[in-house]
Amino acid sequence: MTGFPILSVMLAIPAIAAVACLLVSANAARWIALLATLVDLLLGIGLWEQFDIGGPQWQFVESVPLFGRFGWSLGIDGFALMLIMLSVFLMPICIGASWVAIEKRVQEYMAAFLVTELLMIGTFAAQDLFLFYIFFEAGLIPMYLIIGIWGGANRIYASYKFFLYTLLGSVLMLIAMLWMVQFAGTTSIPVLLNTDFPVHAQTWLWLAFFASFAVKMPMWPVHTWLPDAHVQAPTAGSVILAGVLLKLGGYGFLRFSLPMFPEASAQLAWLVFGLSAVAVIYTSLVALVQSDMKKLIAYSSVAHMAIVTIGLFAFNRQGIEGAMVVMLSHGLVSGALFLCVGVIYDRLHTREISRYGGLAINMPRYALLFMLFTMASVGLPGTSGFVGEFLSLAGTYQVSTTITLLCTTGIILGAAYMLYLYRRVVFGDLTKDDVRAMPDLSLREVALLAPIAAVVLWMGVYPESFLAPMRGDVGTLVARIARAAPAGDSLPTPGKHMIPTSHGEGAK
Amino acid sequence: MIASLLMTLPEDVLTIGALVLMLVAAWGGQSSTRAISWTAAAVLVGATISLCGAASTGGEAFNGLYHADPFAAFSKVLIYGAAAVSILIAPRFFQRGAGEDLRPEYPVLILLSAVGMGMMVSAGDLLTLYVGLELQSLAAYVLASFMRRDSRSAEAGLKYFVLGALASGILLYGISLVYGFSGTTLFSSIATAYGAGHSLGLTFGLVFVFAGLAFKISAVPFHMWTPDVYEGAPTPVTAFFASAPKVAAMAMAVRVAVEAMGPATDQWRQIVIFASLASIIFGGVAAIGQSNIKRLLAYSSINNVGFALVGLAAGTQAGVASVLFYMTIYVVMTLGSFLVVLQMRDQDGEPVETIASLAGLSRTRPLLALAMAIFMFSLAGIPPLLGFNAKLAVFDAAVSAGLFWLAVAGFVASVISTYYYLRVVKVMYIDEPAPAFDSERSLVEGGLTTAAAVFVSPIGWLLLAPLGAWTLVAAKALF
Repeated sequence: MTGFPILSVMLAIPAIAAVACLLVSANAARWIALLATLVDLLLGIGLWEQFDIGGPQWQFVESVPLFGRFGWSLGIDGFALMLIMLSVFLMPICIGASWVAIEKRVQEYMAAFLVTELLMIGTFAAQDLFLFYIFFEAGLIPMYLIIGIWGGANRIYASYKFFLYTLLGSVLMLIAMLWMVQFAGTTSIPVLLNTDFPVHAQTWLWLAFFASFAVKMPMWPVHTWLPDAHVQAPTAGSVILAGVLLKLGGYGFLRFSLPMFPEASAQLAWLVFGLSAVAVIYTSLVALVQSDMKKLIAYSSVAHMAIVTIGLFAFNRQGIEGAMVVMLSHGLVSGALFLCVGVIYDRLHTREISRYGGLAINMPRYALLFMLFTMASVGLPGTSGFVGEFLSLAGTYQVSTTITLLCTTGIILGAAYMLYLYRRVVFGDLTKDDVRAMPDLSLREVALLAPIAAVVLWMGVYPESFLAPMRGDVGTLVARIARAAPAGDSLPTPGKHMIPTSHGEGAK
Repeated sequence: MIASLLMTLPEDVLTIGALVLMLVAAWGGQSSTRAISWTAAAVLVGATISLCGAASTGGEAFNGLYHADPFAAFSKVLIYGAAAVSILIAPRFFQRGAGEDLRPEYPVLILLSAVGMGMMVSAGDLLTLYVGLELQSLAAYVLASFMRRDSRSAEAGLKYFVLGALASGILLYGISLVYGFSGTTLFSSIATAYGAGHSLGLTFGLVFVFAGLAFKISAVPFHMWTPDVYEGAPTPVTAFFASAPKVAAMAMAVRVAVEAMGPATDQWRQIVIFASLASIIFGGVAAIGQSNIKRLLAYSSINNVGFALVGLAAGTQAGVASVLFYMTIYVVMTLGSFLVVLQMRDQDGEPVETIASLAGLSRTRPLLALAMAIFMFSLAGIPPLLGFNAKLAVFDAAVSAGLFWLAVAGFVASVISTYYYLRVVKVMYIDEPAPAFDSERSLVEGGLTTAAAVFVSPIGWLLLAPLGAWTLVAAKALF
């Protein structure tokens, strides 16, 4: 588009700011971090504004052959644009959320967050297979430190688990990448997207990628690092973990597994569907009995991400668009919910649900915002959650009615555990003295939550803004995987075009 | 004759330098140590410069006994560089740590060892190889026991000597078998003999030669001397052992495998694959319980040798290039880690070696902790640090050669070793601070650590393209 290397600049700003943070005082580090993330947000808005909907698939392309076997090539399509927007949107909020909560080693903390931002944008923008892997994998280091240094009591166990689980998944993917590069003779993702790999090899490649993305996603049964990591991470760490890092798995499925190995994706869709169905029901039930607020939201994340995976493997437009919207929506909503937890954690320093109650009386503003995000998490129409989950399930219904039936129970269970959480924390009598002493949201906290609330409603009322940039890419993707699309069992009845008597049998 | 001497110019320079410096040391005594150290480093630089020209492109010297090719030149640059670093970091360690100043024999011994290593990587004949190996080893035995009043150091020297002698015996036995069944010790003729057809004697010879080589590179199952020697030897000497001789032995193994036994690739590949996987897994598992940082790094070096062997197992030109690439990055990471270990001194200036003493280093010495974290993550092979590229290169070569399952097993096993590297980072960054280290800095240590850390960091990516091209040129020389 323009000659201005906007993506590289978006990567360079947090990099420079991270180094700067290490060299200055704690307070200056906070301001530098906030400023850098805000500049990146502005650049992100510029990116969205400049993005040519309906234009070429890859935009803002930059390519410099710097590093021997592979190059510094960046570029984005609609999917990447949306996820980058999510990252740059959440980042200033994370910095703000840590403004007073983080007291020790502020400089390193801010630097770690800025590096995380850099790596996330890089992952979504990378157009070179190995460059993608580097950004994808390097994110482990700052997150390891964020959980390990600033986390809660059991943080060391959680940080090891997070690191080693995700690393094990990723190395298998790396081997698959080596094979693919050798087969195709290129490391360029746009070229690989149109390479047809032999069907027998696809299965293995798909499984290797699956090993990595399933851990990142996280899918049942390799999700166990997530509740540990979340509970122990500081609030902003949780927001980033839930908001953006969990999207890497979904993005990986969307960018690699589906278009590169369509046949294998179709063959193994039963695996994804099965695991997702288990995840939705099992983790929702687990969430229902949690006594720790963050753990509850963490388990609900697993359930929501399962809705993403079934949508992706539905092989049709509704499913994929729905999956993307669920990812964006979940990024905002779960991030906001973690912030809500952080707000009361900062006041009472406990996440035990039973320690709270009756907050609606002394914290009305908080109760209102928390209510909105609870409803969005449940998937109430008018919020972003509804749009995504409905599209995703509608897409899945065309492929497998049984799985859709099972996964839709997740909506009901989701309502159950979220409302149960809300009732216990916000409603009831204000019996505890320390809870009564809690002040309502400060201006800073409102400033953090209000933008998210606005976007959640925007996405719920007018999702077109978010769907439009992705429309062309979804079309490309669906066309690419059409040859492998499985036949559905939903037997749709195409009403008007059929003569009434053959209704039903005619669709066989 | 003159042409041959020109091709061996680096060895000539080093030999003359070592002999002259030995005389200076004999008459100059203790007070000449500093001057001798710097001169020895200068001699190594001179030897590196003399690699330009005939020494790197000359071909065969002394009727094929000695090969002056880009492969040897590449290895020698690494060896000389690591040797020079080992010399420069020593004075401070001995001055503060052991209570007795560095004696001037130290740099001389390193120079002699460097001559031996040069012969090892340039050998075109099994006997040249053996002579080079022994020259290197004898100097190394003395170096291991250099702090003769320290019982651990003396023990390390003795262990190294006994086990090293055993290894030499095994190697020599293999050489004699190969000689007996092929009638020659010249690599090119041995290759012809292996190409001529299957012979049980030659196969046995190959097995014994590889067992001896495995000893020298400390690959499992011939690794048992490594942790004890690394722990007991003075830290600068350990840094030396973990870098230069490792490169030399690995380059020698590659040359023997490809040049002398190339036609028997299918036979030695099984040995190499076994040694590789065993080293990766054992080096990872055994390091988990270590509490001494030097022992941990010893197991880490075993682990790394396993990865380098993955490249050799490929047996292709790309595989050899990847071994060189791996060893280059490995040497920098390892020297860097040992440089950090060298700076671990308590308030009295005594060296400390426990991992626990690193606790909270990120708060007491943030830059040192950052450097160590970079080396640890790099050794673990986490991008964007260069250790990742090293692993990528060897596994890429293995996958290209069709060794798909080796790559899968090796990569999965690499996750094991990540655990203990992470543990070091955890101790430095997460644990509560232990008593701070002596804050006195030295320009040499600080500068070298910084240089190594910058090389391994993402900034080093800019060097990858020329480095990759150079390793390819070097590897081409063997095919």
